[in-house]
Amino acid sequence: MEKKIFQIKGMHCASCVRVIENALKNTPGVSEANVNLATETATVTFDPKTVSDEKLFSSVANVGYQAYVKEQAVSEDAEEAEKKKNLADLKRRVVFSLSLAALIILGSFPGLENLAPGFLKNIWVQLILATPVQFWAGLPFYKATIPAFRHRTANMDTLIAIGTTAAYGYSVLVTVFPQIVESVGIAPMPYFDVSALVIGLILLGRYFEARAKAGTSEAIKKLIGLQAKTARVVRDGKEIDLPIDQVVIGDMIRVRPGEKIPVDGEILEGDSSVDESMVTGESIPGDKTSGDTVIGSTINKTGTFTYKATKVGSETMLAQIIKLVQEAQGSKAPIQRLADLISAYFVPIVIILAILTFVIWFDFGPVPAFLFALLNAVAVLIIACPCAMGLATPTAIMVGTGKGAEHGILIKDAESLETAHKVKVVVFDKTGTLTVGKPVVTDVVSVKGEGGRGENILQIAASLEKGSEHSLAEAIVSKADEEKVKLEKVDKFKAIPGHGVEGFIDKKRVVLGNQRLMEREKIDITHARPGLVSLEEEGKTVMILAVDGKLVGLIAVMDTLKESAKEGIEALRKMKIEVVMITGDNQRTAKAIGGQLGIDRILAEVLPDQKEAEVRKLQNEGKMVAMVGDGINDAPALAAADVGIAMGTGTDVAIEAADITLINKDLRSVAAAITLSKKTMRTIKLNLVWAFGYNVVLIPVAMGVLYPFFGLLLSPIFASAAMALSSVSVVSNSLLLKRVKI
Amino acid sequence: MENLDKVIVTAFGALAIVLTYWFFLMKRGREVAVSDSVDITVNGGYSPEVISIPQGKTTKINFFRTDPTDCLSEVVLGDFKIRKELPLNQKVTVEVTPQRRGEFPYSCGMGMYHGKIVVR
Repeated sequence: MEKKIFQIKGMHCASCVRVIENALKNTPGVSEANVNLATETATVTFDPKTVSDEKLFSSVANVGYQAYVKEQAVSEDAEEAEKKKNLADLKRRVVFSLSLAALIILGSFPGLENLAPGFLKNIWVQLILATPVQFWAGLPFYKATIPAFRHRTANMDTLIAIGTTAAYGYSVLVTVFPQIVESVGIAPMPYFDVSALVIGLILLGRYFEARAKAGTSEAIKKLIGLQAKTARVVRDGKEIDLPIDQVVIGDMIRVRPGEKIPVDGEILEGDSSVDESMVTGESIPGDKTSGDTVIGSTINKTGTFTYKATKVGSETMLAQIIKLVQEAQGSKAPIQRLADLISAYFVPIVIILAILTFVIWFDFGPVPAFLFALLNAVAVLIIACPCAMGLATPTAIMVGTGKGAEHGILIKDAESLETAHKVKVVVFDKTGTLTVGKPVVTDVVSVKGEGGRGENILQIAASLEKGSEHSLAEAIVSKADEEKVKLEKVDKFKAIPGHGVEGFIDKKRVVLGNQRLMEREKIDITHARPGLVSLEEEGKTVMILAVDGKLVGLIAVMDTLKESAKEGIEALRKMKIEVVMITGDNQRTAKAIGGQLGIDRILAEVLPDQKEAEVRKLQNEGKMVAMVGDGINDAPALAAADVGIAMGTGTDVAIEAADITLINKDLRSVAAAITLSKKTMRTIKLNLVWAFGYNVVLIPVAMGVLYPFFGLLLSPIFASAAMALSSVSVVSNSLLLKRVKI
Repeated sequence: MENLDKVIVTAFGALAIVLTYWFFLMKRGREVAVSDSVDITVNGGYSPEVISIPQGKTTKINFFRTDPTDCLSEVVLGDFKIRKELPLNQKVTVEVTPQRRGEFPYSCGMGMYHGKIVVR
């Protein structure tokens, strides 16, 4: 059985639904059919062996409708086209309404009316000019208000629709039946200028807001735009250009100099230099050769190479980055909760305040009380700006996460971005994070001559370590390889986590590991201590080799510090953030490395499974802690930290335990991520203060609280200008984040 | 006479306030139980507004926007990290797999229109 959704054309009512459902259900091979009028779709469960799509279409056609398959995924281009169309429509309405409003003002505004041609002063002409503004330019407000009413919901448009309709309606009354208002002692003066100009200004604000809002999603658009369109695939010995979606895993792809690498893969033949900055933010092009990984959508600089596709479609690194950034932009920051809560009640409360304003001015206002009541109530409706509150946080989050992605800093969600600005302590794992993670043997020391020459020590150690997966073991084995040392057979090999390894060579029991292992084995290392201490003071990790319970030698290994480590730590210290290094190394080695990097606090001799507990201890000191690790070995510590920061590895970007992933592998980005968080939060707070402050201050002013003291009232026209500026300024402020240096 | 006007306006004003409060703030959304997929029409709000879906199972939510209001052109399901453009008259499907029970509100891009997903 297969389930498919088809689009249906030509439905008008519920009975159409029944007719189509029956037609489909009566088709042999169909087990279930559901038709939805709202979405104009039919969901059909059928046996594809018995009935084809075409047969289903003809069943629908027989009862007078049309069924067809429609692409479900909405293309980015279609979205863009619709946005452009909407913007053009909005622009037409703005120009139209502001032009007619200008003519009305020319004919009605005291002082200006002397300059106006006589016919513009005629209130019937003003009525003719104001009507299309109200009902054509202002149509979007009504179109939003009426269906919202059906849902018992109100929004921003409801306020504008009520406000301008009140001003326009009163003006029509004054124009058509002036005697009615005259009979209650009010001069028959219309307010067409108010209704028309308010609509024009609000639409203008909306136009600028829409343009600015488009800028907030620029980063994600840029990422989507990076995707390659075609790939030159080698099939049956021939090179053919294929659309990117036809490339499958295992395809051989050829890339020439200057070309875009279409999908992720591994180089089979050839070498080159590849610029990955557009995807990972890594600024310097890297050399790639056979066996190296290449990332799709990056640029091949110099050589030609052939590679095997290992990840295609939604699995590629770029696709994962896009997904991660989209998810982050869709998430909500905790700081937004209050704004969400307020905006849910905001519009009804403003309507209530407007009614209250009308009643108070009518009852207690000066003559003509009705006019004061009407204009002030309209001003309250117009000035209220719930949009600014709704836009304050998400626009900043969108720009902030997009900016991060541009620099190779991927933020999992808005909450992580919010938390990062409070970080007071950053804990770095040493191996693989501060260091390259590829240690090399620097010293082989024979003790008391029992192991013979240094070469023998290396031979025993390398033979033993051959079975280990530890990075230190790798260093010893490759040193032995380099020196062409022949390895011996090892029996009963065993790794002792956090200590070292043991095994039997030539029936002799051999142990290799740290001082803790020697203590456990009760092996005396007193006479090797001076050498050991001096090696450790150089920042080297020393492993001790013992055969049959006797110390025979020392092997010192050292890992290279990452180029960005020193600057990265310095940047954090400048931000007054405490830097902690966590390592399994002993105190002396750790201190030596810490000293080279200028690290404040060192947590040495920490076993891998204790890292999480150490992070929790730091949190118990009342500090917000970020943990930086490789994301694989440090996953529990990363998850325990308030902010887990993982260094990117290979082409996997979504590291489960991490809140932030640095795909540029640059340690300076830890400080950059915290800076980005601080700047984003500052923008959000400023936006919220502005959005709340604006409403809290200006709604009472529009209600007339300043009138008893200063005789000050807010004209609805000024109210609309302020309201239009309000949401534009919030979005523009968020866009300023793009210029921030991180 | 003048005082009578005031009394009438005050009375109508009070009534209008009560009506506004009742109309907008005292509505109860009818909850629609959903298992595999649900079609939500976006027109002046979300219909159905409140849906209940099972925990731990993937539910497809098909949004179909027929209302040109700019506010509604985006839907945000913050708890599920989803922010989607809803082009006019096109079906947009989002998939959610809730891991815990509770009420998860969703809204339009500016937080003006609201709906709720109840996970049972």
